[in-house]
Amino acid sequence: MASNHRNMQGNDVCTDASINAVAISKRFGKVQALDNIKLVVEPGTVFALLGPNGSGKTTLVRIFTTLLRPDSGTAHVAGYDVVHEAQLVRSVIGLAGQYPAVEEILTGKENLEMIGYLYHLGKPKAKARAKELLEQFELSDAANRKVKTYSGGMRRRLDLAATLVAKPSILFLDEPTTGLDPRSRLGLWEVIAAQAKECKTVFLTTQYLEEADRLANKIAIIDKGKILREGTNQELKDCCGGDTLVRVRIADRSEISKANNALKELGGDKLHSYPDIGEITLPSAGGTALLPEVVRRLDAEKIIIAELALKPPTLDDVFLAITGHPAEETTELKEDSSSTPSSGNK
Amino acid sequence: MSMSVSDNLSNALSDIGVMTWRNMLRYIRLPQLLVFNALLNVVLLLLFNYVFGGAIRTGGIAYIQYFLPGFMVQTVVFGSTQTSVGLAEDLSKGMIDRFRSLPMSRPAFLTGRVVADAARYAILISLMIAVGSIMGFRFENGVLPVFAGVALIIFFGIALTWVGVFIGISVRDVETAQVAGFVWVFPLVFASSLYVPIETMPTWLQVFAQINPVTPMVDTMRALALGGSISASLWKTLAWDGAIILAFLPLALRRYRLMAQ
Repeated sequence: MASNHRNMQGNDVCTDASINAVAISKRFGKVQALDNIKLVVEPGTVFALLGPNGSGKTTLVRIFTTLLRPDSGTAHVAGYDVVHEAQLVRSVIGLAGQYPAVEEILTGKENLEMIGYLYHLGKPKAKARAKELLEQFELSDAANRKVKTYSGGMRRRLDLAATLVAKPSILFLDEPTTGLDPRSRLGLWEVIAAQAKECKTVFLTTQYLEEADRLANKIAIIDKGKILREGTNQELKDCCGGDTLVRVRIADRSEISKANNALKELGGDKLHSYPDIGEITLPSAGGTALLPEVVRRLDAEKIIIAELALKPPTLDDVFLAITGHPAEETTELKEDSSSTPSSGNK
Repeated sequence: MSMSVSDNLSNALSDIGVMTWRNMLRYIRLPQLLVFNALLNVVLLLLFNYVFGGAIRTGGIAYIQYFLPGFMVQTVVFGSTQTSVGLAEDLSKGMIDRFRSLPMSRPAFLTGRVVADAARYAILISLMIAVGSIMGFRFENGVLPVFAGVALIIFFGIALTWVGVFIGISVRDVETAQVAGFVWVFPLVFASSLYVPIETMPTWLQVFAQINPVTPMVDTMRALALGGSISASLWKTLAWDGAIILAFLPLALRRYRLMAQ
């Protein structure tokens, strides 16, 4: 039967679920959204694209999911060319965009059934799959309520459920937890991790280093349309200040260079000072051992400490380590505008 | 992996069905949309008939008799501007990305809207006939021609809806779509035989009114409702329907494809 797409035959084999991009570039007017992107995602792995707003994350996802054509370069998803075999790509992927794409006036159940019909699953299968997913995402109680009564977290869950209707072998999640409260975020992380276990390839974008670290096998850091660094979580931590930091804020900002000198030996070239806020960060070397040493050294110089803490690294820290400047939003290219008229996708 | 033609066709029809259902549900679950639409038409019908009706000479027949067949046509002309607005709104939300990332038939998203809008026109036209009857309108030519006429108007509406689709997908902004609709709709409606006999217009405007696709549609409906010859106007209106669809359906589909650029 020809209408049996490969995605409906189960996903026992991970072999084909790879993503391969060669020299992808995309320009919107004056803004070079993507600049010569080269990237390989191995089947069955979770890949995180980490970058600030406007760095090109969404543009790349839109190219992989056939919503946007690259100006140059080629990309293959599950072995299919995203431009010339777009319909085949669509039959094996699931996309959860930056904002939940669910119909407000339909119920949760109707939303999922509709997606099933559009995958041509047939009525009984579409209904059964919708029921299954509603249970899996703990939405059974709300199944017959219109989505406009759903909370933000419920919408996200329904949105993610919708991407899984046809059991795609590659999942694209564009900032899946942006705007969620911490509890919903944890819940969603569990779901994504479970998907990864089922041998699906997951490509996710995020602004949160913690999220990338937690979910992904491999992380690429993107800024202004270029991939700056790519590697495993550990590799990034080793190279780019991805470890927990000691953060110390001194009471008198004018003493910052004095403090800098006192701590230099501890942090080496990984020490960063922020004179305008009187703050210094240095690698913690994996524990609290450094804290008393910091206190002792500053005390010896009679520098008063206002705040001292261990701090998980943020995207900013990694950016700082790689580029020497903090991650900044590129305002010319608003990535969330992908589907609004003001966007660059004309 | 390759699909047979019949599979493709049945999948495409199924997709259009799903998209039609989705758009119809909007009218059912947000009834205010359709209700205000209907209300506006009723208000216009009352205003035009009782404000202008007395002042317009229509060759001895009551103005409501002259006017209502045209007003049925106006319903779909104005209705097609709503298509632009609705579509622009749809495109400004995230759902369109989901649809475009699914292996569904490409034209289904737009076609589903057109089919749902055709249903909306049928409801509005029925309402106009009901209100018109209360105001004294009578069909003088039997029931069958009326059904034929309504079918023709809906077909005309479908043709214009493709224009609306093209505008909606081109401007992709709700407010712009609204204004853009008025620009082309007002000349069509007013510079035609819809409200007044064309002979009362200045000569240069008569030329436009003769060419205007609304004129043969209105003339056809008027003849079907009140009696008279339809042969000339019927062919003209069918030709217009065909020409509009042939021009704007491919344009709209092309625009939809170009969203990827």
